[in-house]
Amino acid sequence: MSAILQSPTTAAGRFGPYGGRYVPETLMVPLFELERAYHAAKSDASFQSRFSDMLKNFAGRPTPLQFAGRLTEKLGGPRIYLKREDLLHTGAHKINNAIGQGLLAVKMGKPRIIAETGAGQHGVASATVAAHLGLECVVYMGTEDMARQALNVARMRMLGTQVVGVESGSRTLKDAINEAMRDWVTNVRSTHYLLGSVLGAHPYPTMVRDFQAVIGREAREQILAAEKRLPTHLFACVGGGSNSIGLFHQFLSDASVKMIGIEAGGRGGGLGEHAARLAAHQGFIGARPGVLQGTYTYVLQNEDGQIATTHSISAGLDYPAIGPEHAWLADQRRAEYSAVSDQAALDAARLLSRTEGIIPALESAHAIAGLIERLPQLKSDDLVILNLSGRGDKDMDTYSRLL
Amino acid sequence: MSFVSPNSTRISKRFAELRASGELGIVAYITAGDPTIDATLKFVLALAEAGADVIELGVPFSDPLADGPTIQRASERALKAGTTLAGVLELVRRIRQSGSPFSEVPLVLFSYYNPILQMGLEKFASAAASAGADGALATDLTPEESEEYRRILATHRLDTIFLGAPTSTDERLAKIAACSSGFLYLISRTGVTGAKDALPDDLPALLRRARGVTHLPVAVGFGISLPGHVSVLGGLADAAVVGSALVSEIEKAKSVDGAAAALAARVRSLKEAARHGLSRREVAP
Repeated sequence: MSAILQSPTTAAGRFGPYGGRYVPETLMVPLFELERAYHAAKSDASFQSRFSDMLKNFAGRPTPLQFAGRLTEKLGGPRIYLKREDLLHTGAHKINNAIGQGLLAVKMGKPRIIAETGAGQHGVASATVAAHLGLECVVYMGTEDMARQALNVARMRMLGTQVVGVESGSRTLKDAINEAMRDWVTNVRSTHYLLGSVLGAHPYPTMVRDFQAVIGREAREQILAAEKRLPTHLFACVGGGSNSIGLFHQFLSDASVKMIGIEAGGRGGGLGEHAARLAAHQGFIGARPGVLQGTYTYVLQNEDGQIATTHSISAGLDYPAIGPEHAWLADQRRAEYSAVSDQAALDAARLLSRTEGIIPALESAHAIAGLIERLPQLKSDDLVILNLSGRGDKDMDTYSRLL
Repeated sequence: MSFVSPNSTRISKRFAELRASGELGIVAYITAGDPTIDATLKFVLALAEAGADVIELGVPFSDPLADGPTIQRASERALKAGTTLAGVLELVRRIRQSGSPFSEVPLVLFSYYNPILQMGLEKFASAAASAGADGALATDLTPEESEEYRRILATHRLDTIFLGAPTSTDERLAKIAACSSGFLYLISRTGVTGAKDALPDDLPALLRRARGVTHLPVAVGFGISLPGHVSVLGGLADAAVVGSALVSEIEKAKSVDGAAAALAARVRSLKEAARHGLSRREVAP
């Protein structure tokens, strides 16, 4: 079992039944090229040393694993450690993957990168890496998200990136991905699509996970050094699922470590009110396996297979599908998934701000709320690592309206 | 050496007739349910009467990532009108039972994969076949992921049409053709659907590559809108696919009858170019 858990992908990019490659034919050969380039980079010492160097000297790794003493005391349950991805350059874990794929674009000789963004953190990370490596960059962003994450739009433009507003559909992340894919299919010969999460067609879910797995590798070493034992629980928020898989992956074969992914429960269980793909047990309806934007996974949709609109206060968690590896981990019961409401996330953000002096991103606040809701099931000798995937600067408009 | 597939439906028969007469076929795409299913019924019969050789009925999808703005808007209108895949299959039945002399026009269902998958492959194939559809094409389904789909559709004698692209290697084109029946749909350019002024310069080379790997009829689509395009394709391809240009006519028209007349006029001028080559007055503006 553990061997399977270590490397669940097949040649066709399957995690059990999930994953695969469902794209227009024009993208198939570019996906094969990307897969080959990525495979070669894995064993290319100069690529790996450049990647490590940029993670360390440009992004600021390793990030601290901080004992959250006042939060632990306040909640009165298990000892809680925070993996401080919020301290990275650009303010979230997204930079890990952007550096990896940016270097890959250079290696493949692609002078132009495109990216989608929801909360803007991946857009900012892509814009940053593009500027640093001298690549042209275009970021697609729903106009609804541009309004609620205006700071990140300004940062991307400051970095020389062209931000293209997307007016179609719900004007959020899913629609930005459609538009990025239309750009990619048109300019595929010159352009690398720097996808920001463990979504899309193979090899993206595997490649993005591998670039994010540094989070869990560091956290595992750090907790063993600090506590001389493995954690009992990992908590992380799950939009597409890149920060959570990044934390979880290194612990997959540690059977004693429970993994909990927290989704956006929005304002209720009805279709269109939430973005919870794996929380049917809590009454969040509408998710079934299906194909969206290149991959087979759990998708929020209506009876006719049309993709549902979603709601979350967090622009980074409102995607209607979840990364295929998460779908598989959920089926295997290796990880658990549950959802928390907009309000619970806001309350958690305030709590963390005032107990630890850390203003979290709204996305990461969902993970904190998920931990709080699970407290009755946790013991005081449990040991928690929570991935604080991003900082809250971008969410100050939302927070300040609620103070 | 026969290019008529064992599934042989109205599609392969029509292409065989076209080859016999040396004429370029016109494949007409419209989005079903835009603006209503009743209107689409009229449009299909008008297109067939005007000479469309095959009609592709687009199944609207919420996230049409391979489509340009024209067909995106058509999908939105069709979904707003309540169009579903089941409704499109019912439309196929109505076309076949319409009593029109053009009710036997070859019909291909052109969909994204998820609506088909959610209906269930077996249920979709049996409903499509019994309604009278001739084949299906799923934009985001490639040979690699389609083994079961092909097996089930073949059981119901439906043609499976796959897309070949300019980025496809010869090896892939051969694989795509081997998975296709009825015809091979060749994408003229890298990009999304939508009318363009000129055909890409490397299109003849792409067509030669496709001809080198298959005896199936080859239809070329994406960016084709004008009689001039059709004239250029004569002798190179078996058919030209016209989509966004037709959908634009529906979008612009003031009434359903007006749209039907405009669609018919478009197809007639394309057919004219296909039959007789291009005359001076038909040169594109």
